[in-house]
Amino acid sequence: MTFLTLTGVQKRFGTSVAVQDFNLSAEKGEFVSFLGPSGCGKTTTLRMIAGFEQPTTGTITVDGIDITHRPPNRRNIGMVFQSYALFPNMTVADNIGFGLRVRKQPKDQIRKRVDELLALINLPDKGGRYPYQLSGGQQQRIALARALAIEPQVLLLDEPLSALDAKIRVALRKEIRSIQRQFGITTVYVTHDQEEALSLSDRVVVMSEGRIEQIGPPPEIYNFPATPFVASFVGTLNLIQATVVDGPTARLSVGDQEIVGARPGTGSGQRVTIAIRPEAVELGETGGTNRLRATVEDVSFLGSIVRTRVRIGEKEQLSFDQFNDPSLSASAIGETVTVSFAREATLVLEGRASADAAIEEAIAEG
Amino acid sequence: MTGPGPFGRFPDAVEQVAAVREPKPPQRARRGAGKLVWWAVFLIGFLYFFVPLLGTFSFSMRADPPFSAYAVVIDDPQFAGTLFYSFLIGVITIIASTILIVPTAFWVRLKLPRLRPYIEFITLLPFVIPPIILVFGLLRSYSEGPIPLAGSDFGSNVLLVAAYVVLSFPYMYRAVDTGLRAIDVRSLTEASQSLGAGWFTLMVRVIFPNLRVSLLSGAFLTLAIVVGEYTIATFLARPAFGPYISLLGGNRAYEPAAVSLISFGLTWIAMGLLALIGRQSRQKIQIAGAH
Repeated sequence: MTFLTLTGVQKRFGTSVAVQDFNLSAEKGEFVSFLGPSGCGKTTTLRMIAGFEQPTTGTITVDGIDITHRPPNRRNIGMVFQSYALFPNMTVADNIGFGLRVRKQPKDQIRKRVDELLALINLPDKGGRYPYQLSGGQQQRIALARALAIEPQVLLLDEPLSALDAKIRVALRKEIRSIQRQFGITTVYVTHDQEEALSLSDRVVVMSEGRIEQIGPPPEIYNFPATPFVASFVGTLNLIQATVVDGPTARLSVGDQEIVGARPGTGSGQRVTIAIRPEAVELGETGGTNRLRATVEDVSFLGSIVRTRVRIGEKEQLSFDQFNDPSLSASAIGETVTVSFAREATLVLEGRASADAAIEEAIAEG
Repeated sequence: MTGPGPFGRFPDAVEQVAAVREPKPPQRARRGAGKLVWWAVFLIGFLYFFVPLLGTFSFSMRADPPFSAYAVVIDDPQFAGTLFYSFLIGVITIIASTILIVPTAFWVRLKLPRLRPYIEFITLLPFVIPPIILVFGLLRSYSEGPIPLAGSDFGSNVLLVAAYVVLSFPYMYRAVDTGLRAIDVRSLTEASQSLGAGWFTLMVRVIFPNLRVSLLSGAFLTLAIVVGEYTIATFLARPAFGPYISLLGGNRAYEPAAVSLISFGLTWIAMGLLALIGRQSRQKIQIAGAH
């Protein structure tokens, strides 16, 4: 059942449009991430759900009730901020119990709930401390407990891990997901870190310049990017210019060499962009039926993998990764090699409309 | 080279490091001169502050017997009366000013940052407009007309507090604004709103407590100004401490010096209190501000 819906949501600041035509339906208990570069409108959208910004047009509903014009303190939506936003004048226990005190719940009930949440976030003995006495990771866990204390209908997290160092980020990420599953709470998570979005979410909303580029489960976003933006923003991707030789048979040409695309198209002669993941390409002829002759331009040793960049024809470049194998010698720069990849790995990006159609088709198939 | 020495194969490097670490004589001399200048500045500052005090003290001691000027002042019922009146007016001023300034500064910082320069300009006006102009303006506006406040004692007290609230603007606004800068106002506001708090709860439970130190510094400055203020209190014919000192100065020789030193001592006690209360919460506020 759809629990959180945003319909035709738009936000303008003066003449600039921060968010346009945003439509999303999230199920109860679903974990949705908004992924995109800074300034793409993801935080503005989150703030509209929280009630800190008013949409210029459009509606937001939670559990069938329109909350578009409700003030933030009457929405029952929990929020976790990048800067933690713990109240410096209150102890950890008072911070967690703040929302319950505002709701005038009995003191012993508040204490019980605070103790439960402190145990949940593995900080059972820190209730009497002040926020400044704790590390960043601990503070953010307390902010999460504080947001959960009021049993919100929706939980919003605005880049909650950005201010933390890498190891804590990964650990806390897992903790957030496990707590979210435990509570079964509908969650919207804003991040610019694709790894975070892909590893945490049930669905990812990729945004750019105020628009939704693509909505889908992480594997779909990664494997079938709908637009050139998604393709370039999520993961590393090779984008190569090609020409359609024959649409129905999906034959394409890269320079003077011919390959076959993943899906048939229409027409012939038009310029298209094809996207190939580095991990789909192999050196030699074992990678698939698509083969291209190329010149090695650069070889980078990255520890467990070796990344090679080759040039195809005049200017098209292609990078691919191989597992580091001490028994194999690396390619020499300037050497002519053959690279191969499967037909299915050859994604044609023609633009928004047809890419959306391709995704719908993929969903229907899969 | 005669083979590896105690530093293995890199004796040259070690020598170089040693050479860098060893301060050169001219550097040491320069550092010494710097210290001397620092002490000289400190000494000049010290003399600038304390010589007038010592002079005042020694003048007050010319009375016979030596501490009689202090005894006269403390025995005078007007001294305690006017001082109490001024302190009371000061406290009321601080409360009124806080109620006016904190929500204003908070709202400007949160919602109307573009208005900040204008508000700052308005709060600086008391430095530009002399108190005499202010009090004449108040008297002309409120002696008659729809709100004739200047005619009664209570009305005059209201006018006095109102004038002092205006005088407190530069100190209170600046202190509060600095305090707001140290905390993440927007996030704290939004966090408390998302937890269900309305504006009143937000102000009382989150904003005011986090501005405690700033409010205290603004409050003590305001108190110091109100207690010593002369012009407005005189023109509104209020029994305040400022006019009392002036009256004493016109009629007595040594007592005004004693009163000055006593009020100076009281101000220092107030400052000490500020430092004491501030120390308890400063660390909290500073660390919170750093995030």
